[in-house]
Amino acid sequence: MSEATGGIHMEEGGGGKIKKFLYLNRKAPYGTIYALESLEVVLIAAAFDQDVSLAFIDDGVYQIVKGQHTKGIDVKNFSPTFRALEGYDIEKLYVEKESMEARSLKETDFLVPVKVVNAAEMADIMQSQDVVLSF
Amino acid sequence: MLHTVNKSPTERNTLESCLKHVNKGSVVLLIEDGVYGALKGTTSTKMVEQALKNFPIYALYPDIEARGMQDRVIDGIKLVDYSGFVELAAEHSSVQSWL
Repeated sequence: MSEATGGIHMEEGGGGKIKKFLYLNRKAPYGTIYALESLEVVLIAAAFDQDVSLAFIDDGVYQIVKGQHTKGIDVKNFSPTFRALEGYDIEKLYVEKESMEARSLKETDFLVPVKVVNAAEMADIMQSQDVVLSF
Repeated sequence: MLHTVNKSPTERNTLESCLKHVNKGSVVLLIEDGVYGALKGTTSTKMVEQALKNFPIYALYPDIEARGMQDRVIDGIKLVDYSGFVELAAEHSSVQSWL
């Protein structure tokens, strides 16, 4: 088991302690591979029934902006996948208000429902996790 | 000279540094994550609008569209496609890629 999960001990429905995982996204999509890799890991980890949250701060807020059309750069548009997270019981998506506003973005610009929190609230969210995975 | 910038202005200071080093007759092309520098209402908008008074700034439209930013581009920034990119490179004697 630990081999498949990179050393993280997880028991599927085996009564193991459910841990709080936060995926912290700070990079814009497409320019680097971080955003796509984060989403891949989130989807893999979704199989282990843990308590998962996603946070978007800094340029990470650009990942979930509506209206992405990637045909012109011949790269897979992975933004619709964020809509599928709900189906994996991943419903806690946090966006940092300061990061959003610095980029002139509004809550209605995002393609999934998110909770907008300020930096201090985001710090509390980070503090309350068992594991923070940073991308 | 054609200057290209491929980094987001909110992640690196590449755009800021580039804009300080552009001579008369030179132009700037924003590509990849650099296109976030072409947007209205951001923390770098003022700097870019100021620069536009002195030299032309272009942005690669496929990169704008990929990121869903098609309705947010600063007026005065010229949008080009890949063949426009090639033309800019051919028009200028040299290209400096800011990384």
